[in-house]
Amino acid sequence: MSALSSAVSFEMTKARTVRSTVWSLIFCFLVSVAIALLFGWVLRGAYDDMSPEGKAGFDPVASGYNGLRLGMIALVVFGVVLVGSEFSTGTIRSSLAAVPDRGRFYAAKIITGTTIALAVSVITTFATFFAAQTAIGSARNASITDQGALQATMGAIIYMTLLCTFSMGVAAVLRSPALSLGILVPLFFMVSEILNNLPGVQKVAQFLPDAAGQIMMRGDPPESTVLNGWTGVGLLTLWTAAALFAGYAGLRRWDG
Amino acid sequence: MIEVHHLTKRYGAAVAVDELSFQVRPGQVTGFLGPNGAGKSTTMRVIMGLCRPTSGYGLIDGRPYPELERPLRQVGAFLEAKAVHPGRSVYHHLAGLAKSNRIPESRVNETLALVGLQTVARKRAAGLSLGMAQRLGLAAALLGNPPVLLLDEPVNGLDPEGILWIRGLIRRLADEGRTILVSSHLMSEMALTASHLIVIGRGRLLADTTIDDFIARNSRSFVRIRTPEQERVRDVLTAAGVEARRGPDGAIEVVGASLEQVGELIGRHHVTVHEVSMRSASLEEAFMQLTADSVEYRDDAGPAFPAGRMG
Repeated sequence: MSALSSAVSFEMTKARTVRSTVWSLIFCFLVSVAIALLFGWVLRGAYDDMSPEGKAGFDPVASGYNGLRLGMIALVVFGVVLVGSEFSTGTIRSSLAAVPDRGRFYAAKIITGTTIALAVSVITTFATFFAAQTAIGSARNASITDQGALQATMGAIIYMTLLCTFSMGVAAVLRSPALSLGILVPLFFMVSEILNNLPGVQKVAQFLPDAAGQIMMRGDPPESTVLNGWTGVGLLTLWTAAALFAGYAGLRRWDG
Repeated sequence: MIEVHHLTKRYGAAVAVDELSFQVRPGQVTGFLGPNGAGKSTTMRVIMGLCRPTSGYGLIDGRPYPELERPLRQVGAFLEAKAVHPGRSVYHHLAGLAKSNRIPESRVNETLALVGLQTVARKRAAGLSLGMAQRLGLAAALLGNPPVLLLDEPVNGLDPEGILWIRGLIRRLADEGRTILVSSHLMSEMALTASHLIVIGRGRLLADTTIDDFIARNSRSFVRIRTPEQERVRDVLTAAGVEARRGPDGAIEVVGASLEQVGELIGRHHVTVHEVSMRSASLEEAFMQLTADSVEYRDDAGPAFPAGRMG
């Protein structure tokens, strides 16, 4: 255990002493909050012009979390860079010389990345919630004590954290930050979005990791999906576990 | 002690290391010599557990490297100058490594002073010159003050001042009683720093001997004769029982006779010569000849190293 804890403190030192990882975290926070403010502000003005169905379906919690989607890209970048830069810079050799047990090295890496992602997600999600609800205005907004609001917030935190961890597993498989981001960013933020808006395909597309997790972020569970918040969490956890396992298998085979 | 047992490493059809076995004895500098591509780096990476052998294994003090507790305190490795994140500072690179093996952080500044990098401690690795990057690599190897050192081509790409510095450092580390395996493709470098020599070519062991023995067996000298009267000179030498052969540029080369003997023979027979001189095949040439012929010699139990030739 003490060997693992020194491996974790090694990873923590590496994570905080490179600008790219630190900035991706700051960017995650700033972008999420800024978009929440902007989006909330627009909604405040646009609400009166909405159709009656639109007003009935208005979910201030989910609307407030729209900004998180962009912040999440930054968190995915963080996870990918944390793992992938080991391979792309050759640091992996000095890292494995220091922590030659690959299972221990990988566990320390994932624990470190996930812990940082969790901390940043907690801060970012709460800040985003309050920023968005303030901007939407007291007439329409949600309070954190409202039915489902806290659950959606927890869901958003779990979603962001697991998506980052999933990305670390993928980066360990692909070993290239550029390739990993080239696959993950379009998958999460375009392909999945498009597929989930095609009525026929959506039945399947909701099972993609980010779509499954996203269901958790809503105040009211959507009616159009088979999954609900909890099965969505479960599915995203399975995706993450699979990516982590694939990453471990890849690292064990790494030959340098 | 470092041991390698029947190590083979294939990359597809290519064999990088072929049934290699040797031991590095404690408390001395062992030179690991071979031309580029002979398998030196691969062997060192296998010892470190970075590279997975096709068969065979390497051990450090009887254990595989990945099983060592706090390995940086037991083995220091310099495998590649650029195993550093370019965006991380010199200090933080070492501080992270120190944390990983519970080495007190005070060692970071001590080690930086040892390799002369104190002034660039806050500089990012991307901004280092090759010589400084090399020193940082050595600092990482020395951080845990390990009794065993693996140094892969530490003088590669250094300027003469840097080379002198590394030679001095290796000698100092050896004087402290450490076990050092240092690879190079330069025989002259080995002659200056190592006391034992392991020579490989195409992944196979060619020689495992002391440096003195290697020099004695390989640095032969000969007398070189340039003459317009090739036939007469040969006849004179043969008649005197001295063996002569034709050198690569057409000159006659005599092994087994002194410069004086050859001069007297020529004077006595009044032959015209343009040059009679003593030549030594350098260690570098002996080594090149040995490794160039490695395929032919690989099954010989005790290869007889021929003297090198001057071009």
